[in-house]
Amino acid sequence: MTTTPLLETRGVWQRFGGLIANSDVSISVGRGEIVGLIGPNGAGKSTLFNLIAGVLPPTQGSIVFDGEDVTALPAAVRCQRGVGRTFQVVKSFETMTVIDNVIVGALVRSTVMRDARRKAHQVLEFCGLGPRANVLASDLVPSEKRRLEVARALATEPKLLLLDEVLTGLTPVEAKTGVELVRKVRDTGVTVLMVEHVMEIVMPLVDRAIVLDLGKVLVEGKPADVVRDPKVISAYLGDRHAVGA
Amino acid sequence: MDTDFARSRRRDLIVAFVLAAIAAVVPLFVKDVYVQNIMVLTLMWGALSQSWNILSGYCGQISLGHALYFGIGAYTTALLFTKFGVLPWFGMIGGGLISAVIAMGLGYPCFRLRGHYFVIATIVIAEIGLLLFHNWDWAGAALGIDIPVRGDSWLKFQFTRSKLPYFYFALALACVAWFVTWWLEDSKWGYWWRAVKDNPEAAESLGVVVFNSKMGAAAVSAFLVAVGGSFYAQFVSYIDPESVMGFQFSLLMALPAVLGGIGTLWGPLLGAVILIPVTELTRSFIGGSGRGVDLIVYGGLIIAISLARPQGLVGLFTPKRKEAAR
Repeated sequence: MTTTPLLETRGVWQRFGGLIANSDVSISVGRGEIVGLIGPNGAGKSTLFNLIAGVLPPTQGSIVFDGEDVTALPAAVRCQRGVGRTFQVVKSFETMTVIDNVIVGALVRSTVMRDARRKAHQVLEFCGLGPRANVLASDLVPSEKRRLEVARALATEPKLLLLDEVLTGLTPVEAKTGVELVRKVRDTGVTVLMVEHVMEIVMPLVDRAIVLDLGKVLVEGKPADVVRDPKVISAYLGDRHAVGA
Repeated sequence: MDTDFARSRRRDLIVAFVLAAIAAVVPLFVKDVYVQNIMVLTLMWGALSQSWNILSGYCGQISLGHALYFGIGAYTTALLFTKFGVLPWFGMIGGGLISAVIAMGLGYPCFRLRGHYFVIATIVIAEIGLLLFHNWDWAGAALGIDIPVRGDSWLKFQFTRSKLPYFYFALALACVAWFVTWWLEDSKWGYWWRAVKDNPEAAESLGVVVFNSKMGAAAVSAFLVAVGGSFYAQFVSYIDPESVMGFQFSLLMALPAVLGGIGTLWGPLLGAVILIPVTELTRSFIGGSGRGVDLIVYGGLIIAISLARPQGLVGLFTPKRKEAAR
């Protein structure tokens, strides 16, 4: 069991009318890995994320999670199976307190309120939001909201955590603590797949990087190799810059 | 922190108990039938609004068609009693169950609609119900049903000489509706509903089956409203489609909650305590020939509140939780 990858997408396609957002994407994520999913704007990263999280079914292809075909399962069921996610545009429950936000996630594993509440407090401490537990989510600053997204997802005790640009738009200090948090999460045995824009932050963090471009997998490999790959450079900066590489 | 939370929950319970106890002795001193009548109506609308609040306040699915469930409760009780001699107590439960089932049946297509479209659907469906009862001969059609007086008894839930039994039942109903809300507030359903209201997509990603959550809220809400409708039928002892299923009933259920604080534990009751006496008093003192003045007062009140305190009056009483935490 443990040798099979935790997540596999097999020949996944997603079309929106005439637009092809993902074409024949086959990736796999091993247990305990931190994998970075990168690529220029419009590369299809977020679409792939939504397909893995179960927001919409792929036009074609299948998604295998933990040895099971989950292609037909809706998002809520995938969460129950162990897929946690954050949103690129934060979606906090604004009228609820921070702790209540996290309790919603914790209720997936235990519907006994006392346990869910205790679990939520633990997760908040883990994410460094402990002191903000009773603040309304709408009163958090942006970097705290990102943490809340992570905390909420962690409270569902995921096997795979999908992080959608959680480090983007943060100050360098905030980004650094964010990176530490992601490492800490992995150290608890959670596999992480993260979409990220900011190369210099992601590259030292991830074990492996998958580059998407125009809906296809362009390159896949160790971060150090990926950034030197001429195809990646040309995808990001245009063909002219790739020549010298 | 947890103890703070448990303490505030317990405080709510104690306050509710004390208020109920005070309310229970008031009619022993206030003998005026007119005033007692207002108190009965206040408690009933408080209970109804509290029930409406479960679906529309907590779960965020604004319904302006709850008159349908109110009417079904009233009709079920009245029909079972007049046609089959079934005691109103069974009619109450039966009406509640029928309403809950209908609410889920209607929710099946309607909960796919969002925002305004959902609201419009609820209005239209309630109007359809009204028209059906208007034309249903067996159920008295437009003439309605006169509930025959068979003498004062708790068994038949009829009282001609005193309003007190009705008062105590209305009080019990308000207490039950409040307690159900209190209990649900700190249950998985309470959290799921608020999550669904705030952001369905995020809720779904956290394992909440949004559709089922809405169905649960609709069923509980409709059941309680129907029990209120049953009570009302016994209280006024004559019902016709307009007087139990008219659109104004849907509005009257929503307004106390909106005034007091939508999606809050105390909002609906607080709203009813202010709104219902004001309506009744204006109706009897400046109503009459100048019909509609009570509605002007009503509307004015709502406008004033939505301008000055859109989150509802209940915010005036509770210390802000976030400040307490800092």
